Amino acid sequence: MAVTLLVAGAPAVVSATEEKCYSVDVNAWICGDYWVDRQDEIIEATTTHIQITVAAVLLGLVIAFPLALIARGVPRLESSVLGLSTAIYTVPSLALLPLLVPLTGLTKTTVVIGLGLYCLTILVRAILDGLRSVPDDIREAAVGIGYSSTRLLLRVELPLALPVMMAGLRVATVSTVALTTIGTVVSEGGLGYLIADGQSTEFNAELFAGAVLCVALALTLDLLLVLAQRLATPWRRGLTS
Amino acid sequence: MIGAIEFLLDGESWTRNNGLLEQLVQQLLLTVTALVLAVLVGLPIALVLGHLGRGGLLAINISNIGRAVPTFALLAVLVRLEWPGNDPFGPYGRAGLATLLALLFFALPPIITQAYVGVREVDAGVREAARGMGMSGPQLFWRVELPLAMPLVMSGVRLALVQVWATATIAALVGGPGLGNVIQLGFANLDRRSEGIGGAILVALIALVLELLAALAQRATSPVPSAARTPNSDQMSMLPPTVKPADDPVG
Repeated sequence: MAVTLLVAGAPAVVSATEEKCYSVDVNAWICGDYWVDRQDEIIEATTTHIQITVAAVLLGLVIAFPLALIARGVPRLESSVLGLSTAIYTVPSLALLPLLVPLTGLTKTTVVIGLGLYCLTILVRAILDGLRSVPDDIREAAVGIGYSSTRLLLRVELPLALPVMMAGLRVATVSTVALTTIGTVVSEGGLGYLIADGQSTEFNAELFAGAVLCVALALTLDLLLVLAQRLATPWRRGLTS
Repeated sequence: MIGAIEFLLDGESWTRNNGLLEQLVQQLLLTVTALVLAVLVGLPIALVLGHLGRGGLLAINISNIGRAVPTFALLAVLVRLEWPGNDPFGPYGRAGLATLLALLFFALPPIITQAYVGVREVDAGVREAARGMGMSGPQLFWRVELPLAMPLVMSGVRLALVQVWATATIAALVGGPGLGNVIQLGFANLDRRSEGIGGAILVALIALVLELLAALAQRATSPVPSAARTPNSDQMSMLPPTVKPADDPVG
């Protein structure tokens, strides 16, 4: 079995006596040595993945807020706004990212914009639902004591809408973590690189690391958002939610 | 962009061996098969659970689990595992069985969650009235709960369709079948970039057509006249049922 060079990702020379578990002959899925020996690569992929995900979700939020406010303020535009964001969501990620390449090239920007657009469906709806969940009498009370519409939005409506908006943000974040992997097709997909490379070079430990880290990252970011929500809504802490 | 359109309009790119037509048929076949299987498996489970009012936590959280698993990773693992699923599988092509399995995994959660919620959300008063009129359990289910749940049931199927089509595109990244091959090949070679973009246009257009057909099917199977619906009820399904103020799945 002289096939040492078949696995491009694995070291070409492996001492005969002490074979690492990620060598071609073993090619284990779970391999501690791989995580130690390749930690630079793993850390870099994870960092890129986090950067892309966070940037995309933030971009999504920045676009979604005004869209949701427009949809709320001008009821006639609501179905167009929701329809458009749903239509974008319908396009498969593997098609949407290449379609952006003529505009933004093979860069991280393309991935961030594409994934940011994906967040819109979820975020616009969540923000809209959140604002609508604020009871009318609370709104009236605030207007009654002289709040301007801006102050009403910032001081009353947004804080009260937060739980619903955060639920949407969590969904958007978790699915963005998973979708980021597809970015590897056009430029950079963070952990998606490990998955793609592990798959094409038949390097199981690398593929496994990419997959596991991706799920772990999604769960971690979700947990962080839950904690952030707790901190941001102290008045709800006593409630059994 | 112009090159991409030329590529799509050229008959040769459709008819050649492993061309657009072959891959399109393959991907449509995969999508339809996976969706039908998911409906056959998922719908009865979800409807029975909804009717009995049991397993709600599972039915609702199954969507969240599915969302955290990257499609790409699942497909890659399925194709790397040594099992018969990687062999060519009838008209579904290379790794056809592995792809079908992954598609099923991503199609089931929306179908199960939406159908379960649809049945559970039938008004308790309506349910009691039906009981009071002397309906048996099965009668209540077939004549009251199912028709009223239909919009949400169909929205689950619709979400699953979108999901399956998207996943089937990704299969090509791991050596599987489908139109993703055109996209991947186009982006792997610099001089074939326009073919990749052409493939992406085709995949996107078909996704929109499928979504439109699913929306029409949803409308057609809903017993409530469209005028009686709230403007949002068609699309409320985009958010999972957990997105409600009182519902915090973790806390």
